[in-house]
Amino acid sequence: MKTNIHVKNRVAIIGAGLTLFRRRLLETPQEMAWIASKKALEQAGMDFKDIDCVISGSAPDAFDGVHMKGEYYSEGAGGFGKLHFRVFVGGGTGVFVPIAGWWMVASGLCKKALIVAEEKMSSAADPHPQAVFRHIWDPLIEKMLGPNLIWIFALEMHRYMHKCGVSKEDIALVSVKNKANALDHPCAQAAAKISVEDVLKSEVLVYPVNRLDISPVSDGAAALVMVSEDVARRYTDNPIWVAGIGFNLDSYSWTNRELAYPLYLKKAADMAYKMAGIENPMKQIDVAEPYDPFDYKELHHMEGLGLAPRCKAAELTKEGVTQRDGDLPINPSGGLLGVGNPIAAAGLMKVAEIFWQLRGEAGRRQVKKPVYTGLAQAWGDLMQVGTVIILRR
Amino acid sequence: MSIYKLGGTPLSDEEFKKIIKEITRPNAKYLMSAGQAYSVFFEGLRRGKIIGTYCERCGMIYVPPKIFCPYCFITLDKWVEVADEGKVVTAVASYYSANMERLKEPQIVGIIKLDVPGRTFTSYRFPGLLHRICGASLDDVISQRIFDARVKARWRPPEERKGDINDIECFEVIKT
Repeated sequence: MKTNIHVKNRVAIIGAGLTLFRRRLLETPQEMAWIASKKALEQAGMDFKDIDCVISGSAPDAFDGVHMKGEYYSEGAGGFGKLHFRVFVGGGTGVFVPIAGWWMVASGLCKKALIVAEEKMSSAADPHPQAVFRHIWDPLIEKMLGPNLIWIFALEMHRYMHKCGVSKEDIALVSVKNKANALDHPCAQAAAKISVEDVLKSEVLVYPVNRLDISPVSDGAAALVMVSEDVARRYTDNPIWVAGIGFNLDSYSWTNRELAYPLYLKKAADMAYKMAGIENPMKQIDVAEPYDPFDYKELHHMEGLGLAPRCKAAELTKEGVTQRDGDLPINPSGGLLGVGNPIAAAGLMKVAEIFWQLRGEAGRRQVKKPVYTGLAQAWGDLMQVGTVIILRR
Repeated sequence: MSIYKLGGTPLSDEEFKKIIKEITRPNAKYLMSAGQAYSVFFEGLRRGKIIGTYCERCGMIYVPPKIFCPYCFITLDKWVEVADEGKVVTAVASYYSANMERLKEPQIVGIIKLDVPGRTFTSYRFPGLLHRICGASLDDVISQRIFDARVKARWRPPEERKGDINDIECFEVIKT
């Protein structure tokens, strides 16, 4: 590892686990945390008593309907009697949780960390989980105009289409690919064999966004075990190393800045690439899981991450480069569009996927080419935060 | 039955309704103060003017206004009136209300980059507002003719104004 910072411990991931992702699960947030944690620990060959810190993440409390939900669900992850905290950067949370886990282990504050993310969106049932998002805007100006969440993403998508000359057909290809990839994911909620035409003919929600351009509302949890190098060597011959982390925040004033290009994500990626010694991401990243709550976001994020030249991600997608058997497989898991979008858990699912891909354990989802370095990324707050993690085998 | 093996138990809408144990509707009403900058901004709207703040160091004009420049880290106390006209930088047509109820006719909304006489701004930082756009058709949005269209605020009659963002009814297209 070429690194520009001093760390006490190299950090490895040695286990990952997921619950099913579904529109409604019977399980409570605590139970979901338990199921995902137990699976991750089982893969690592550990038990809850072996863990010395629990780092968790979840999106707004208003979904689960429990204010202080970190303290509530963490019990299901064995979180008391030890170091525990919850992090939150909106949709970026899922990748921010292992970033926070990394700094705990890298600094030496703990050696065996359980990383947990959960979301129970179905609880915010009436009128619709989307209604929770009414409270993310500037309360005095934007909220008075009665926006819904799809407005702002549609505004960004259309700006991107206009500036980059990208068509709805080009963008729909992402949804087609990811939903098909998810057919091989045992936890997937929205896997399907669909065509570009199906996307274009699905209900228009806010033009240019149709229903099949969007990921679903989901319940679910995900977990990882992150440990220091000496611990990793005792438990596995096949640790996956955290090679770089990056995160960056842009202005909350989203009506005063360019939406066609995510500058904050470029900054987050540059931070992670510098730490990982990566100078040419297009060549040096073998597989990636950029955040795809909407299909255009995969393209937008590939460009912010430097995995495609500006305005060229759609072209790479059309050429098949981003397919599982392509030169740069993108979202081989099926992403949020295919696997589902329990917000924080969905981001962490992406890190788990890169972990399994690098271990050669992704089963029918395994990408064709040999992979050594992978990247996962999430995005959130008011279209203003980028979180990036780079893993290496 | 082992829930562990299943990794969770999916429920249909009907099954979900059967197991509901609690229905809560938090009754929290927020009464928010407008702050130093927005108080002046809203008073300006009541008089039919769009008012921002000006950073002497970087030259940025903030609409909506701030009392600080988050780029230069200095306090701002210079007010400036900007035009009630500008250009559309992006626009969409919404078929859904804030509560996800289907609308009969799509509502067109967009971001308006406001004019400041004698000044130009890049697309990376500019004074701008989210608002409804009127005088544009769905086809104007789909064809992208709406981009860069010139728009002008359509104000509510003075007696109907309340000193908030809805004192502007919409931004009306004056030239595509």
